[in-house]
Amino acid sequence: MPKRKQHDVSAEADMTPMIDMTFQLIAFFMVLINFAEDNQNALVKLPSSELAKIPEEQIASPIVLQVSKEGKVVFNGDELPIGGPQLKKALLNEAQILRAKNLDPSVANIIIRGHGLVPTGKVQELIKVCQDTKFEKFSLRAEQGKPKADSDFLKEPKKPNAGIRG
Amino acid sequence: MKSRRKPMSDKVEQQMTPMIDIVFQLLTFFVMSFKIATQEGDFNIKMPIGLSASQNNSEVQPIKVRMIAAKGGSLAEIRIGDRGLGTSFQALQSEIAAMAGADLEVEFDCDYNLHYNNVMNAITAVSGRRQGEKIIKYVDKIKFSPPRVPQG
Repeated sequence: MPKRKQHDVSAEADMTPMIDMTFQLIAFFMVLINFAEDNQNALVKLPSSELAKIPEEQIASPIVLQVSKEGKVVFNGDELPIGGPQLKKALLNEAQILRAKNLDPSVANIIIRGHGLVPTGKVQELIKVCQDTKFEKFSLRAEQGKPKADSDFLKEPKKPNAGIRG
Repeated sequence: MKSRRKPMSDKVEQQMTPMIDIVFQLLTFFVMSFKIATQEGDFNIKMPIGLSASQNNSEVQPIKVRMIAAKGGSLAEIRIGDRGLGTSFQALQSEIAAMAGADLEVEFDCDYNLHYNNVMNAITAVSGRRQGEKIIKYVDKIKFSPPRVPQG
């Protein structure tokens, strides 16, 4: 008899607060993970700016183009050279999808997430390619914060590829 | 005696273990994939084809900001017209602030190999200034000159 009683007490008293807390932690991380999901890419280290406008509402038909330091565009998971036919094809495809939805490509927003050290000419060439496929609204994305110097981009994190799998 | 004991022991032996296993797995998943993300914002630029060049449809001539790159791609000089401003974005900002009007447009003419970061800093300097919580706006309309493709 006395053995059993001890057993009861320990089983009921311990679990509830722990589970409460664990669920709270899960809820916390779940909420944050949705927030962080938006098109991050480990190859791209954005420039930062204090004035970049955080979009107040959902951006209409966003197309996110990441530009890596080497001047390659990462789009839908593929790395494409800027001058190449694949990129143009992919953009034409997007334009066609928009037209199928009865939207004009000119209403779509091309979001350019460029690495801080990519040559500006590459970004301009990318804009040109987009214009050729009838896109005309561009958003240059920047992190919120004090402006960075070029040297800030050279400080590579220890594991540059760590985020890709996540 | 028998009937009293049984329901009690049932309650105690509810299987918590699988639930806790799953819960902890979920927790580890979320903890592992957690990445601190800084807020991101945009500079919006409207550039229909044909207007990207020196052509423009407004009467006001855009202010041309020339950004010259050093060999490695870092900023060597900012010029407005034929005036050199060194590499100071502050100087660029005060120049623009002095000119700022309702319908001002700035056109960036950058060297091909200039690091993109410098362009973003220049766009920031030109578009306004933050004073405490308030943002004082200077220029809204921004465009680019055609890229200066390196020869050879």
